[in-house]
Amino acid sequence: MLNSILSGDYPRSRPLAILLGLVLIGLAFAPFLFPGSQPLNVAAKICVFVILVASYDLLLGYTGIVSFAHTMFYGIGGYGVAIAMYNFSATWPALGIGIVIALILAILLALLIGLFSLRVRAIFFAMITLAVASAFAILASQLNEITGGEDGRSYRIPEMLRPAFRLFDDPVLGVNINGRILTYYLIFFSALFLFLLALRVVNSPFGRVLQAIRENDFRAEALGYRVVVYRSIANCLSAGMATLAGVLMALWLRYTGPDTTLSFAIMIDILLMVVIGGMGTLYGAVLGAAIFILAQNYLQVLMGQFSGMLESAGIPLLPNLFHADRWLLWLGILFVLSVYFFPVGIVGKLRQLRK
Amino acid sequence: MSDNLLNLQGVQTHIGQYHILHGVDLAIPRGQLTMLLGRNGAGKTTTLRTIMGLWQASQGSITFDGRDITKLPTPEIAQAGIAYVPENMAIFADLTVRENLILAARNGDLDPARLKWIFGLFPALEKFWSLAAGVLSGGQKQMLAIARAIVEPRDLLLIDEPTKGLAPAIIMNMVQAFKELKSTGATILLVEQNFLAAKLLGDHVAVMDDGRVVHRGAMAELAGDAALQQKLLGLSMDAHQ
Repeated sequence: MLNSILSGDYPRSRPLAILLGLVLIGLAFAPFLFPGSQPLNVAAKICVFVILVASYDLLLGYTGIVSFAHTMFYGIGGYGVAIAMYNFSATWPALGIGIVIALILAILLALLIGLFSLRVRAIFFAMITLAVASAFAILASQLNEITGGEDGRSYRIPEMLRPAFRLFDDPVLGVNINGRILTYYLIFFSALFLFLLALRVVNSPFGRVLQAIRENDFRAEALGYRVVVYRSIANCLSAGMATLAGVLMALWLRYTGPDTTLSFAIMIDILLMVVIGGMGTLYGAVLGAAIFILAQNYLQVLMGQFSGMLESAGIPLLPNLFHADRWLLWLGILFVLSVYFFPVGIVGKLRQLRK
Repeated sequence: MSDNLLNLQGVQTHIGQYHILHGVDLAIPRGQLTMLLGRNGAGKTTTLRTIMGLWQASQGSITFDGRDITKLPTPEIAQAGIAYVPENMAIFADLTVRENLILAARNGDLDPARLKWIFGLFPALEKFWSLAAGVLSGGQKQMLAIARAIVEPRDLLLIDEPTKGLAPAIIMNMVQAFKELKSTGATILLVEQNFLAAKLLGDHVAVMDDGRVVHRGAMAELAGDAALQQKLLGLSMDAHQ
């Protein structure tokens, strides 16, 4: 059973299995374990980024393709929901239409970019994706009538997912099951399903060919595999998953704008999460996303508390060094250290320890 | 049906600004092992890569079993029945031994009887079946690369310097495996620098120099003619075994 669910791809390290278990339990019971809007917001963001990072790893880690257009597909998902919800009524059919159109557009774009640029050198593909993603971001900002321009779009979502909706009259385990929590579980289960689907893809014969192509595309061709076809399919799969991640984020935020979907900063975040978790292992996406987003949201608070403690103890200089305003500096240092000590990512390191 | 499975006529190959093959004429007889010899830089590897379509021939023609494959893309050439073992232990290091072999099985399944035969040739592969190929020794990696080429019957095997960098004991194992492979009637074009291996295995020989085939004939004839060896290869086979 478990073998089938995980497609035979076990964590292969006890500490890794424990960490993944903790993340899974934490996310599955987040509304009950960590009440409040901020923890739920962090948990939802982790779920969405697990999918976004896993889909990027399918390209970078499993196929060896560097793309800078991943946030474009994420944005297409977000704008698909935004445009449908803003222009039509906030109903499930309208949402479905928005998702389907976004998926079709994303996959077509991925296919076009892939067919034009994946048959040549990888660096050319990276440059093309960078150019297309930049053009798309500018287009989204300029098409004010459709996308809301720089301000983006706020919209209503189906009633069942709105905060005012109550599933039960009475609280469950002390928590009111409202539309917000239903949205969270929609995101959680969608993310879980998509992650397990990605696990199945990378452990299938198709996934094996992708890994062979990553190692040596000439050898894969000499075995009879059409590298450009496999790369294009991987590109489309990855784009489709990123689009669905954008859809989930749009449902959570009820807002879509260039800064929340298309910004290059998100692309850098995705790259960092892949590197921290470990390239070429989907479990790395789970740990990378969880650690990065937790650090992004709580490091500032923790540092503020730590700085206060040092100050009250009368220690000179250090309170200033650990001041909450310096959190970005420490986040940067943490990333440098993690890449230095875990060059193969956390998952790779934990698996090495086992050996 | 022609006696020759593969024919190269006037094949020229350019790599960037460099003109590497200057008109290669070569015929590979069916069911025989043809050795391709020559000094370093003579164009042996380029010839194999041009046959596989990894580098496109700029002139000339390559016919395989009567079909012109000169302009075909590499995957189609492989699917036509040509297996290629590049030099330098060309395995997929991150995949397991099993996964490396499955990759070469066109329908995704390994034939148990064929696998048993391969394990007979290369017992180490059975031992390290589930291990990442990257941790194998040099000789074992080379065995895996060859096993991948023969995991399914192929019409023609192109093998580039299989004994390069291997210990003498492993080379003799490899020679034994090729002898057994020959006995199945396989057609093989083998690039080799180890003259003892070449002498023990070759039915025919083609010697290349400066991007051309400068000698064709029986291997035994070249092996027995020290003066010819000196003229073609610049050394004597007996002195370099």
